[in-house]
Amino acid sequence: MSKTLYDKIWDNHLVHQQDDGTSLIYVDRHLVHEVTSPQAFEGLRIQKRKVRRPELTLAVPDHNVPTTDRSKGINDTESKIQVDTLRENCKEFGVKLFDVNDKRQGIVHIIGPEQGFTQPGTVIVCGDSHTATHGAFGSLAFGIGTSEVEHVLATQTLIQKKSKNLRINVNGKLPIGVTAKDVILKIIGTIGTAGGTGYVIEFAGEVIKNLTMEERMTVCNMTIEAGARAGLIAPDNKTFEYLKGKTMSPKEKNWEDAVKFWRSLYSDKDCKFDKEINIDGKQIEPLVTWGTSPQDISPVTGVVPDPNNEINEDRKMAMKRSLEYMGLKANTKISDIKIDKIFIGSCTNGRIEDLRLAASLLKGKKIASNVSAMVVPGSGLVKAQAEKEGLHKIFIEAGFEWREPGCSMCLGMNPDQLKPKERCASTSNRNFEGRQGRGGRTHLVSPGMAIAAAIKGHLSDVREIQ
Amino acid sequence: MDKFSNLTSIPSYLPLQNIDTDMIIPKQFLKTIKRTGLGKSLFYEMRYDENGKLLKDFILNKEPFNKSKILLAGKNFGCGSSREHAPWALSDFGIKCIISSSFADIFYNNCFKNGILPIKISEQIISELSEYSKRKEEIKVDLKKQEIFFGNKTVKFELDNFKKKCLIEGLDDIDLSMQKINHVDNFEKKMSSDKPWILLNE
Ligand code: SF4
Repeated sequence: MSKTLYDKIWDNHLVHQQDDGTSLIYVDRHLVHEVTSPQAFEGLRIQKRKVRRPELTLAVPDHNVPTTDRSKGINDTESKIQVDTLRENCKEFGVKLFDVNDKRQGIVHIIGPEQGFTQPGTVIVCGDSHTATHGAFGSLAFGIGTSEVEHVLATQTLIQKKSKNLRINVNGKLPIGVTAKDVILKIIGTIGTAGGTGYVIEFAGEVIKNLTMEERMTVCNMTIEAGARAGLIAPDNKTFEYLKGKTMSPKEKNWEDAVKFWRSLYSDKDCKFDKEINIDGKQIEPLVTWGTSPQDISPVTGVVPDPNNEINEDRKMAMKRSLEYMGLKANTKISDIKIDKIFIGSCTNGRIEDLRLAASLLKGKKIASNVSAMVVPGSGLVKAQAEKEGLHKIFIEAGFEWREPGCSMCLGMNPDQLKPKERCASTSNRNFEGRQGRGGRTHLVSPGMAIAAAIKGHLSDVREIQ
Repeated sequence: MDKFSNLTSIPSYLPLQNIDTDMIIPKQFLKTIKRTGLGKSLFYEMRYDENGKLLKDFILNKEPFNKSKILLAGKNFGCGSSREHAPWALSDFGIKCIISSSFADIFYNNCFKNGILPIKISEQIISELSEYSKRKEEIKVDLKKQEIFFGNKTVKFELDNFKKKCLIEGLDDIDLSMQKINHVDNFEKKMSSDKPWILLNE
């Protein structure tokens, strides 16, 4: 019987199935961070349980860590307790940890692929919704809650029901200036933030095939913003190339066998998807969000939409509320929106290719006098690589701050936050109310668009600075 | 986990779509290492002003809604971050049942692990139920029968049987899976010969 890629991975991981379809599936890789794990370890302790397979678990503090000089430790007491707790838990339960001052420390979804911990055909979970990122390798990767984190630690399995199959084909070629971030924003804008609920999405089509591994990660990263827990892309030679020689990638004979197996991971030609959506790549433009939901997209050449043109009453109300929060008037030109802050980083766009692209556009230029801007590399290794290439100098000379790795202003659990009414062009993934700081206003953009905004001081078209 | 019993309550109505988990419990409260005590910070930015003063107009701050066990809300409730702090905060506040026309997957699952019943029902019914909130009249939820009673009307709701059983009996997932651990042993044995690189993570 022909199967989708998701069907294949699911079947490969089925440990037990009840008559009603409730299944126990095996978890090959478990990532852990400081925010969603303390209560899970505590649960194990109370029940006197052990971690079943500590070697399949990798932990890192990322959400709370300061991105300024770390030699003085963490100032905020609660953040410090959480990071210390992670350290103690990892020690007690024998879990590998990249601690704050380890050069491999970084955002959990950046270090997994970087280390070769992320591999095709595996089931990967983490108490974090952006676990979908790892789907770029053809792994079934999704976010779980803390109770489920505890379940995985104790049993190396999860109780699940199978999702439906949705394929999104992005066909054709992308115009100049349009990047992976615009592709995923376009997808979310097309199907809506609940469009993928109940599905696992497979991204396919010529555009997806032509993306680099890091660009594919950007696309899969925001699958959750389209409502689906997991998004995946069939692995190919690019995937194997990327993983070859990584610290935790299979070696020698195992590598050969693994690649052979990985080559079987694709949706069969005649398999059936429950739903299929086609998007024309050449119609995608550089995008920005104008509202407080990732589906609120507009081409940079467009205007802020008018809620009065909306027929659906609930939608009209939601748009009005968004515009009020964002401090925007209907029909304002997007390029007239002034920006205060620029944030380049996060698990969506904090990898080396993102920094290279940003630096290449910025080279020899300065940021506008009305903005302050920062780059937060996704991991210590990304930071080191960027410094080796001299990218940090370009950023610093242009007026950017060059920070230590972590989640930073993507969610502002550390001191990196927007002030009320501050407006930010951000390469992160969520523009929710208060996400980057109470009252803060977020416009989601690609790294290139963030640079354009930094130079001009307002949202502007990346194609004008290329 | 506590067993879920039937509920009778005046529902609170939040007529917003896409209520995300950042709204339900903002990031500054994720720094806790405990599961309890989050109820006072539920919907923090809607419930308190910049100086931390309770906003009297917000529904959950008003009598009798500050004692609601049932929350009615717009579609796609619980989207965004996977934080289980969201159901912890709701439960700590006293909300045991959320009724919406759709839920985000991770949040939906997290509810069951914390004794909260999320009910998916049509927008038409939600708008009927919202009248009960406005009139401050009680509605009743019967989990066993999978029914909501209001006025002289009864509507059925859909629910996965296994999830229902876990709620009713207050079952612990880990205990249940531990009973199947020999299947896991066998699975790993087979994997270590078929795909040894997976278990050999160095
Ligand atoms: S960078 Fe942002 S989205 Fe990614 S894991 Fe950190 S907080 Fe979550």
